[in-house]
This record gives sequence, structure tokens and C-alpha cells, in this order.
Amino acid sequence: MEKVLTRNIGDDLKPTDLAAYEANGGYQGLHKAMKDLSPKDCQDIVSASNLRGRGGAGFPTGMKWSFVPVGDKCTPGHKYLVCNADEMEPGTFKDRLLMECDPHQLIEGMILAAYTIGADLSYIFIRGEYVVAIQRLRDALAECYAKGYLGKNIFGSGFDLEMHVHPSAGRYICGEETALINALEGKRANPRAKPPFPQVSGLWGRPTIVNNVETLCNIPHIIDRGAEWFKSLGRGEDSGTKMFGASGKVKNPGCWELPMGTPIREIFEDYAGGMQEGLQLKGFLPGGGSTDFLVPEHLDLAMDYNVIGKAGSRMGTGTMIILDDQTCPVGMVLNLIRFFAHESCGFCTPCREGLPWTRQVLVNIEEGRGTAEDLGTLAYQVNYIGAIGNTHCALAPGAMEPLQSALKYFRDDFDRHIRGSSCPYHSHSHSGGH
Amino acid sequence: MNDAQMIQTDRTGLLTQEEIRQIDAELAHIPYKSGAAIDALKIVQAHRGWVSDESLQAIASYLEMSAEELEGVATFYNLIYRRPVGEKVILFCDSVSCWICGCDKIKAKVSEKLGIDYGQTTADNHYTLLPVPCLGACDRAPVMMIGDDLVTHLDEEKIDQLFSDNQSGGDQ
Repeated sequence: MEKVLTRNIGDDLKPTDLAAYEANGGYQGLHKAMKDLSPKDCQDIVSASNLRGRGGAGFPTGMKWSFVPVGDKCTPGHKYLVCNADEMEPGTFKDRLLMECDPHQLIEGMILAAYTIGADLSYIFIRGEYVVAIQRLRDALAECYAKGYLGKNIFGSGFDLEMHVHPSAGRYICGEETALINALEGKRANPRAKPPFPQVSGLWGRPTIVNNVETLCNIPHIIDRGAEWFKSLGRGEDSGTKMFGASGKVKNPGCWELPMGTPIREIFEDYAGGMQEGLQLKGFLPGGGSTDFLVPEHLDLAMDYNVIGKAGSRMGTGTMIILDDQTCPVGMVLNLIRFFAHESCGFCTPCREGLPWTRQVLVNIEEGRGTAEDLGTLAYQVNYIGAIGNTHCALAPGAMEPLQSALKYFRDDFDRHIRGSSCPYHSHSHSGGH
Repeated sequence: MNDAQMIQTDRTGLLTQEEIRQIDAELAHIPYKSGAAIDALKIVQAHRGWVSDESLQAIASYLEMSAEELEGVATFYNLIYRRPVGEKVILFCDSVSCWICGCDKIKAKVSEKLGIDYGQTTADNHYTLLPVPCLGACDRAPVMMIGDDLVTHLDEEKIDQLFSDNQSGGDQ
């Protein structure tokens, strides 16, 4: 397979500087756009490519951009492009690699995205713990300013763009785009009510696009080589390649760029190497901590948004978390619910109160104090706070996804905890985190 | 408002020239002063290690916002420290992939070795231990950060080596 997103990422994981990036075809998309393409042309190419957001929701990127008012429809003032580099979804480790090893690919994608929507100010909102990526992005930005790839009148095109790296002060909820915008405005990161959508009224009340790192990294290649080429990369119905990954007790945990539509079995067996000695695959979360469990019978499904959706889960971030047969599924769900309860912003009651309640029920079951009624409580919570519309944002519904699917596929494990008044698994008994 | 109250509200003088210079650099691309609240908290914390009540009031004065509003912002974010921390903060990942790979045992070992639990600082002030959401290095689990350094593939032996100089017996 042709490497696209990882073309500059070698086994040594060394960062690619501007000279090396350009020597391998870098900034060709930008040159082409500044010379030959109007913002409308770029918009049309990205829309035609069928690129879908790689941050988890899978929303079509071209459609998102098309909601930004342009020309006469836009009141005078700034427009903003924000890169969501706040990678905090449990079990997700793809954007770190792209930023640490090839910062210019992201920057070129951002310049092109900003040009398309007419933004003159852009931010890379990155989690504070990514100190290596922050430094490498700052070094890369300095190279760009020095060569006139950023700043005033880029390549004599009349297009101006400033770009800033903005390290975050923490909290998972900042990955939600309107919460992220509030954080950029110096406020508590409570999500905003939608509408208005950020494309119309985002940062400082101005039109704003927020895109994930991996999404933006695709843009230079799409502009340079066209929508048809990009569509041809996928093996199934979705376009392009994707950073897929596997963590947990597999032989070879890691992150690999593969075509969209690659069968899960290929990722699990050929790349992750299957389970470690003595362990069997019990289930997996296909794309991070807020996706529903799938089980071994789903291994032959293609990693395409709609295929995974039809199976009752979500592609999410595409980095799979693998559950083996000797790790307690109740403990694993408890660990996830603990995380989401802790990360609730506290704004709406179902999430602020419902998640700690759910956590306590799971603690009771895991520690052998569970009752049959507890399973009814969990089912109630799944239906109530799991329903989009009952909560202010998607955090609590996302938290319910692993729980509802665990109740479906691993019901027997819940029952064994309650019947035996203890955790039947050895390695993680009495614990789902701290 | 009487004179005493007015004098009380301006604490800007408690910020250093360097801190003000750095905050002003952020304000250059932010339309409202309070928009730099998080940046300013991070800048002051970078110089002083943590954000004391006095620091908080000084920042609030400079950004023309109430100390209460700034406190609401400061306490929202887990990387803003409103209590003193040690020379290095250990951010220990307890999220799902690290948990599957046995981080509970590693956490117990760190606590035993340093004599501290989450939220505490060693008696010698070297380390503060805090949990952190998934560090995005799940292929190298279990992991933690010590200061700015990511430490991967943790096992009990590695914890022994990392903290070989530390004696048990921590303090709050």
C-alpha cells in the first residue's frame, strides 16, 4: 500500500524538518493552491473527496467547511481555523505520532483549510502533556514564518494567515469542539448549546472550523493529487487511508496507516499480531473508550464508518482497545465509567449525577456487593443518560456505549459477579482503577 | 465603593515584569483581556510552580475580571495547580489500556516507593503524584509522565530503578 499520512515517518520516529518535508513532495499542495486554485476550487475538491472527520464523529469535512459564510454572506472580521489536537479519548494514540514526526504535514493542511474557508487566524489546540509535539510544532511554525509560508501575503497570493500553538490546561471535555472554543476564550470548558454552530458563530462569535489533526493531515494530499485519487485509496465505501491501532494484551500493540475499509481481522492478526500467549480475544472497542464493544464474530467486518455503525458500534478514532479473556469486562467498563464520571464538566444533571451513580453500581458489582436490581439500574441509566437529547453534550451518551454493549455481550460476567459475590477474574479483582 | 475597597482590588503589582510581558504577548491576538485567563494562569504557574491565592488575585486584577470568576476557571483545569506541588509532577495514566496492562500494580508500587498517594507530595518535595486521562501512548502501556518526560513500558522493576534514591515516608 502507498503510504500517505506516514510517508515521512520512519521506524526511528525522527521529526521531519521543512527541508526534508519539501524534498519528499511537501508543500506541493500549497504551491498548487496559491498558484492555480481559488478557495472555491479547494472546497469543491475536498467535498468531492468524501473525506470524513477522523476525530471520531466521521462528519464529512467538505460539508462542515461549506457552512462557513463566505464573500457577501460574511460580515467583516476574523474567521478562525482550529486544529483539535486534544487527543484524550482513552485508548487513542494516533495524532501524537502525526504531530511528533511530521509537523509540517499538519501545518500545510491547516494553511490549505484556512485558505478554503477564508480564515486569517489559526490555532493548534494541543493537550499540555504533549510536550514533544508542542516543541516540534513550534519549531516547524518558526521555519514556516522564516520562509514566508505563514504571515502576510503567502507566496504573493494576497492570502494572510497567522498560526499559534495553544497548549491546553487539561480536561477531556476540551475535545468537544464548542468546549474547546470556550477553553480558547479563557473560560471553563463547558460545551455550548448548538445552534448556533461554530461554523457560523464560534470563537469570539466569529465563523470557526474545528478539525481533528488526522483530518487536516489528509488535506495537502487531496489538494495535490485530487479527489479521485483519494477515493481510490479506500478498500470499501470510505475514501482514503486511516491511522488504525491496537492496544491491550496483543503481541504487537501499535498504530498503522492502512486503507479505509481494511478488515478488522487484518489489523488484529497481521499488524497487532493477535493475542499474547495463553490469551483469547474476548471483545474490543473499535475506536476508543466511548465506542460500543464488538466481539470475535465481528472480526471480518471492514473498518468503514457505516459498516461499523450497522454492527452497533462506531469507528470512533480507529484505535482499538482489545479485551482478553482473563481481564474482567466489568472491571474494564468500571474503569471507563470512572474516567467519564471524573471528566464530566458538571454542567447538566444527568451526566454530573448519573455517571457517578452508574460508577457506584459498577463498583458494588465488581466488589461482590451487587444485586439483580443493580442490573436494572444499569439498564435504566443506559436508556436515560445514553439517549442523545437528555444531556447537554455527547459525553454521557458516549460513556454509556461500552456499558450497554458489555451488558449485551458479557451479561454472563455481570451475573457471575452477582451470584458469586466476588469478581471471578484473578488479575484485576477489586479494582477498576484508582 | 470606599477607598479601602478600591485599593484592595488592584493586585497587579504582584506580577513580575516578565510575567506581564508574556501575558501581553498572548493578549496581542485575543480581543478581550479575560480571554487570556488560562494562558495567564499557565504563565504564572510556569514561574512559580503553582497558583496561590495571591497570584490568582494578581492575575484577576491584571485581566480586569473578578477573582471568583478566575477561580472558577483555574479549578476547572487539571493542569492548573491551586496547591503547591513538588519539583516534578508525576502524571500517572490510569485509563483503560494502561489498566488492562496492569497499571494498578504499578501505581501501588509508585505509592509504596515514594510514600505518597494521589494528590500528595513527597517529604523531600521532589514529587507530586496525580492521575491523568489517557496519555496517548497506549501501544507502550503502562505509562506515566515524570515532569516533561514520558516513561513507557512500566513494570515494578522499572519503578524501583526510577526512584532508587527515594525512601518511603512521604508527607501531604
